[in-house]
Amino acid sequence: MSTEYISFLDHQGKYKGIRSWIFATDHKRIAFLYMYAIASFFLVGALLGLLMRIELISPGETIMKPQTYNGLFTVHGIIMIFMVVIPGLSAVFGNFFLPILIGAKDVAFPKLNLFSWWLFMLGSMMAIASQLLKSGPPDTGWTFYAPYSTTTGTNVIAATTAAFILGFSSILTGLNFIVTVHRMRAPGMKFFNMPLFPWAIYATAWIQLLATPVVGITLIMLIAERLFGIGFFNPDLGGDPVLFQHLFWIYSHPAVYIMILPAMGVITEIIPTFCQKKVYGYKAIALSSLAIAGVGFLVWGHHMYTSGMSEQARWFFSLLTFIVAVPSAIKVFNWISTMYKGSIDMKPPFVFALEFIFLFMIGGLTGLILGSVATDIQVHDTSFIVAHFHYIIFGGMGFAFFAAIHYWLPKMYGKMYNFKRANIAAVALFIGFNLLYFPQFIIGVQGMPRRYFDYPPRFQWAQITSTIGGFILVSALILMITNLIIGVRRGAKAPANPWNGTTLEWQIPSPPPLENFDEAPIVKENPYDYK
Amino acid sequence: MSEHITHVEEHRDDEASKLGMWLFIFTELLLFGGLFLVYSVFRMQYPANFHEASLELSVTIGAINTVVLLFSSMTIAMAITAIQKKNKKLTLRLISVTVLMALIFLVNKYFEWGHKFEHGLYPGSDLMHLLERGHHLYFSLYFFMTGLHALHIIVGMILLIICYVKVSKGSITNDRFVFLENGALYWHLVDLIWIFLFPLMYLIS
Amino acid sequence: MENHGSHITEYKVLVRVLFVLLLCTFLTISVTGFNLGAFTVTIALLIAGFKSYMVLSYFMHLKYESLLLRILVSMVFVLFIIIVLITFIDYSFR
Repeated sequence: MSTEYISFLDHQGKYKGIRSWIFATDHKRIAFLYMYAIASFFLVGALLGLLMRIELISPGETIMKPQTYNGLFTVHGIIMIFMVVIPGLSAVFGNFFLPILIGAKDVAFPKLNLFSWWLFMLGSMMAIASQLLKSGPPDTGWTFYAPYSTTTGTNVIAATTAAFILGFSSILTGLNFIVTVHRMRAPGMKFFNMPLFPWAIYATAWIQLLATPVVGITLIMLIAERLFGIGFFNPDLGGDPVLFQHLFWIYSHPAVYIMILPAMGVITEIIPTFCQKKVYGYKAIALSSLAIAGVGFLVWGHHMYTSGMSEQARWFFSLLTFIVAVPSAIKVFNWISTMYKGSIDMKPPFVFALEFIFLFMIGGLTGLILGSVATDIQVHDTSFIVAHFHYIIFGGMGFAFFAAIHYWLPKMYGKMYNFKRANIAAVALFIGFNLLYFPQFIIGVQGMPRRYFDYPPRFQWAQITSTIGGFILVSALILMITNLIIGVRRGAKAPANPWNGTTLEWQIPSPPPLENFDEAPIVKENPYDYK
Repeated sequence: MSEHITHVEEHRDDEASKLGMWLFIFTELLLFGGLFLVYSVFRMQYPANFHEASLELSVTIGAINTVVLLFSSMTIAMAITAIQKKNKKLTLRLISVTVLMALIFLVNKYFEWGHKFEHGLYPGSDLMHLLERGHHLYFSLYFFMTGLHALHIIVGMILLIICYVKVSKGSITNDRFVFLENGALYWHLVDLIWIFLFPLMYLIS
Repeated sequence: MENHGSHITEYKVLVRVLFVLLLCTFLTISVTGFNLGAFTVTIALLIAGFKSYMVLSYFMHLKYESLLLRILVSMVFVLFIIIVLITFIDYSFR
């Protein structure tokens, strides 16, 4: 029983105009709402980063006072972490494609999904408000460590309230996705018949659900400390500032897996498609996602080696950190093995995927240096750390996001984009990225601290190189985004399956109709069934 | 397990609703878990102080509140049995008793806290800040944890009142009662937290 | 989709569970009256654990729910306990 095809973008529902968007319960529209918001926040965060880079181009005060710099790196972190990379891939591509890839017509709780987006926007507005209210932008860093965060006069309460609301949004999305995977798979699709992106989203959803409440209660404790002096983190009142760090990182370490697991899921979808070969080690990749999620809860102390923890605690966290690296490495082996003897097509999604693997490996391997206590103590709180996490988060999750948008844009909008320009942008991004961040490893080892706006002249060569890299990166970003917008506006009409993929999203029209599948989807035992 | 694709609006999956509620309960467990973690660290560090401070609490009122909550858990569980047996009147009565128990709990809490407030003991008070370290941490934890718990009692009460209205109007019936089940689950969560809070706050030897 | 297997917990079962819970409460109060050192809190927590088990199994109907749900609930408690234990690796050895 097929109905006449109407794209979800053209579907006329209860509401018209803007209200058909902000009151939408269609997971595809909600994905777009997230995407436009997150893209905007990303550009703002990138601009803030660029301002920091300009300040750092020479020692001493260049374009701003130290207090301003402190506010800048704080808000850059808050925006990028809570408003871009944590929601990013789940809220955009998880929302759009999880139901489709499992053969469902929507998520389990569509209205709750919309509510998640409203919370996300509310939290984001509060974060912006924290910049503008009377007491001035928070200057604590996005990590809000006590005792500074409990005593500084700036808008810490506004910022932590924002983070709390954003966290609640994340929790509800995780809840929705878990129930979706358990209850809404198409008939015949068992867990091990699902493609690997749903597996990644599923593992991520559990982290969102279970880890976020811990930071939620911690932020409330922080607010209570500021308002009432409850003393949990104040040594004068018998408390322990390190306890704040424990509580904070019990969430924030699993949070980085919220960032990277969906990214790995995207890469795992792209590689088989552009190698026209089934993924190598399907079960290993599926189970490694769960392993990363699980073990990721046990390593948080590796952010705290210099905080005063006991020696035994440092041993424990170091050991577990090395263990958690293993499932990630398994994925890298499997991606490369998938490419072996594949029929490789260097389209933009695949180029971005290759760049992801390279950048993620640098980030991951430098993570091993940080997992080892002795070497970490040398580079803790230096720009080595800044380089490490930018390689992992930006080079990893960020480039995976670019890969995903280049992979799935034809499906989402029904339009194609210019491949040559996209590939040029991809290469320029790669060059700019490495110029920006690699020197930071070097001067980090040599002693350049993070979150400092001043530095001795011997580090200037690196700071200049990084700033040049930053400008190349931002230019490449503009090129990439412009190219995509031109594609959406004026590009060729996209077929249902431009890449000859085998997963379910390629079996439906581009863009999909409102309920995704006008006819029951054909579920195959092997989702990567390449002939 | 759905047999065919139905329209989005007609989709009803009670197992999904219930799973969703359990997942939400997990988040609440972890939320309070953070506080229990803080409690256990400081109790380990200030065992004598925690014991002394706990003597300021009335074990009697705490025990009464424990009994009240346990009883209310039973009554709301019975309400589900009642709706399954198509006994609408009994269902409504049992929900009412549960809400009444919640109210009793809150009234007790009001008197407990009121007593502390009268003596100048409240978050941010001068007296609080003059206490010995372990005592101060104990009372900070006491107010924070019982306060957050009381907030959840209020939310639970509201949920149960909504359940009452729905049963009364007939939108919860013997073959459509997942909303009541979920409301009851939330209520049991509130009871679960108190099962740990009572010995840890009131019965420190 | 209709309700699950529609198991109905009889009133008398629920009353018996309440009785057990009240007994445990009384037990906890008595035990903590004695000073058994570190054991006191352990016993109190074990009794509380048992009470939770009763509430989860009978009042919250877990005993009659799917295996999946029972596994998930256990995993959440285990996760919390592990996090507490790991934190104590720091505080015990400082």
